[in-house]
Amino acid sequence: MTGKSIAAAAISLLALSVAFVPAPAFAARTDASIGMQLEPPNLDPTGGAAAAIDEVVYANLFEGLTRFGSDGAVLPALAESWDISEDGLVYTFHLHTGVKFHDGSAFDAEDVKFSLDRARADESTNAQKALFADIASVEVVDPATVKVTLSKPNGSFLFNMAWGDAVIVAPETAADNASKPVGTGPFSFGQWVKGDRVELERNPDYWGEPVKLEKVTFKFISDPTAAFAAMMAGDLDAYPAFPAPENLSQFAADPRFEVIIGSTEGETILAMNNKKPPLDNIKVRQAIAHAIDRQAIIDGALFGYGTPIGTHFAPHNPAYVDLTAQSAYDPEQSKALLAEAGVSDLTLSLKLPPPSYARRGGEIIAAQLREVGINTEITNVEWAQWLEDVFKGKNFDLTIVSHTEPMDIGIYARDDYYFQYGDPDFKAIMADLANATDPDKRTELLQAAQKKIADDYVNAYLFQLARAGVANAKLKGLWTNSPTPANDMTGVYWEE
Amino acid sequence: MSRSVAGEISLLRMALGHPAFVVGFALSALFVALALLSFVWTPYDPTKLAIADKLQVPSLAHWFGTDHFGRDMFSMIMVGARVSIAVAFVAVGIGIGLGVPLGLYAAARRGSLVDEIIMRGNDLVFAFPSLLLAIMITAVFGPGAINAIIAIGIFNVPVFARLARGAALALWTRDFILAARVAGKGKVRISAEHILPNIANLLIVQGTIQFSLAILAEAALAYVGLGAQPPLPSWGRMLADAQTLISLAPHMALFPGFAIIVTVLGLNLMGDGLRDLFDPKLRRGRS
Repeated sequence: MTGKSIAAAAISLLALSVAFVPAPAFAARTDASIGMQLEPPNLDPTGGAAAAIDEVVYANLFEGLTRFGSDGAVLPALAESWDISEDGLVYTFHLHTGVKFHDGSAFDAEDVKFSLDRARADESTNAQKALFADIASVEVVDPATVKVTLSKPNGSFLFNMAWGDAVIVAPETAADNASKPVGTGPFSFGQWVKGDRVELERNPDYWGEPVKLEKVTFKFISDPTAAFAAMMAGDLDAYPAFPAPENLSQFAADPRFEVIIGSTEGETILAMNNKKPPLDNIKVRQAIAHAIDRQAIIDGALFGYGTPIGTHFAPHNPAYVDLTAQSAYDPEQSKALLAEAGVSDLTLSLKLPPPSYARRGGEIIAAQLREVGINTEITNVEWAQWLEDVFKGKNFDLTIVSHTEPMDIGIYARDDYYFQYGDPDFKAIMADLANATDPDKRTELLQAAQKKIADDYVNAYLFQLARAGVANAKLKGLWTNSPTPANDMTGVYWEE
Repeated sequence: MSRSVAGEISLLRMALGHPAFVVGFALSALFVALALLSFVWTPYDPTKLAIADKLQVPSLAHWFGTDHFGRDMFSMIMVGARVSIAVAFVAVGIGIGLGVPLGLYAAARRGSLVDEIIMRGNDLVFAFPSLLLAIMITAVFGPGAINAIIAIGIFNVPVFARLARGAALALWTRDFILAARVAGKGKVRISAEHILPNIANLLIVQGTIQFSLAILAEAALAYVGLGAQPPLPSWGRMLADAQTLISLAPHMALFPGFAIIVTVLGLNLMGDGLRDLFDPKLRRGRS
């Protein structure tokens, strides 16, 4: 095993030496290799929760009625435009015409009806069924017009339709999308070499503006050392969410690369099992929150890339309230709270999934908790094990995870969600929010929701994950921010 | 078989004249001393994080520099030595404690079904890739120093069982064993009183080698995250932590790497030296 790290060192040295060889001039390239940390379990965004699925297919392969732009704005996609009725209940979408699926079949309103009905059906395996919960009916008016009627007004309906889980699929091919995805996007599926890469090819019949790249390869390199070496050697052209923030300074110093720092929707939290004693006691949860020094975690685990948060909300969102002071680092108060709760000799399990923010952050948090007298038993788990044991089995005390879905504060209203909060008052706020269409009212409710979960110390809110990526300096058009898990390649091109 | 006092002294003198043994012993003793010292004193608390002091290069304040959390590397190496040595010691102890009686028993009942079952069982464990077995055990029972000890201990058992049986078989044909049997001693007693003392030298030499292999195995398990768990420092995990930082802070990989190399080298040299010293033929050739 020491041999492995020596080999890694040798590779890094080799890679460094390559840096001094001048690169020969190339004509503008039309292919790009993108590094990703996790391999998607399948390629069907309507049938899986994994962010890695959307990171391959979102906007590239599949499209929805609407879509997210790089800044998080909701833009038209397959729907050219839409009309909303006065009461906010009826959305009439005017679809683009001449759109074809990759298998050659035509896209029309029937496909929209099929996709939405399929996603909201009882037997649907969609990971975000709540997005479709308010749809009462979907009607085909004519092949280019579809009318969606809601059971109650929903201010975020167009936003919901932009999610990767709401993409439009064809009835003939929907069942095979997991391994042979067929969408309407500017890229079509090439091949998937399991454990290595997914290749996408330019769709010559794309209805919209043609893309510049002819071929995009997503390579799955989870090992940070290997990722560093692959970037340095030019095997990868970009790694939008680079797994080793410690290497970014080296990339920044190298003119061949550009370091891209943006924001993500990743609220990174120390999740607590709210139903498991003694964590069912708010004082204990508050004590844990006060024991944590967020800045130390950001500096130590992420080399400074991250923004402290005090609630489960993205700081770049206009409705964000800064509540970090409410759970400020205060070990003395933490000890006092533990004494008040009558808890001593506390040992909690801390299960850490693979990303370095969790593994390194976990070690720092363990040390910080030790300072106030809480012992932790750290277990490193793989993602599959985390999903099974923590997310589904709820067999944990503490865990660190980044919630990367946009506007996902609604998860706190779910009874069966892994941290088991499901407070009735919070659910009431979320119910009001779902009915509210007035922007000011919505902001007010979102802020109330943020305060509620901060007051209840549901979880310890750590930081907003930064999107720290690296790309070849000549590769332009990559997303800076990450409003949804995606590697949108539609606007990417090589500078001559 | 007790050795005379004069014999002990001559052995000691020869040991001091054996350069490999002296160097090996000195290196091993150095790390044992560091490990023992770590119980009472380390320059810094090896589990105390000081993010502000992270990735410092070696200096007078931090002899081996600091790691990515600002922990003092020298203190971590000291405590890591304790973990490595403790794991290796107990693991080799398990190997000797289980393997030697099994091997002796198999030799005493040579050719019988019991002999076959014991030795083929050992072959089975021996044939299984040892590190894979260790990973399997720690994966099933959870990572941790105790499970690492058990895992490493288990694959030490067949090593000692085979060695003990092989050596004991040769002794069973000797006249002094025959004499003991004629005197009415049972097989178990003969094994314990006559066979074991005569194969002790072999076991010590093999034990030294196994000790160094156990330290490597512990580092390997810790490297993949299955050894001693944080906050307890461990050489293997220090190497794993250093991996992504190798171009930024090479000292983070160098020092634990050197610690492993030096300890293993020391134990191997010592083992070689002991083998020479214990070998009667070589001893006669030298004196």
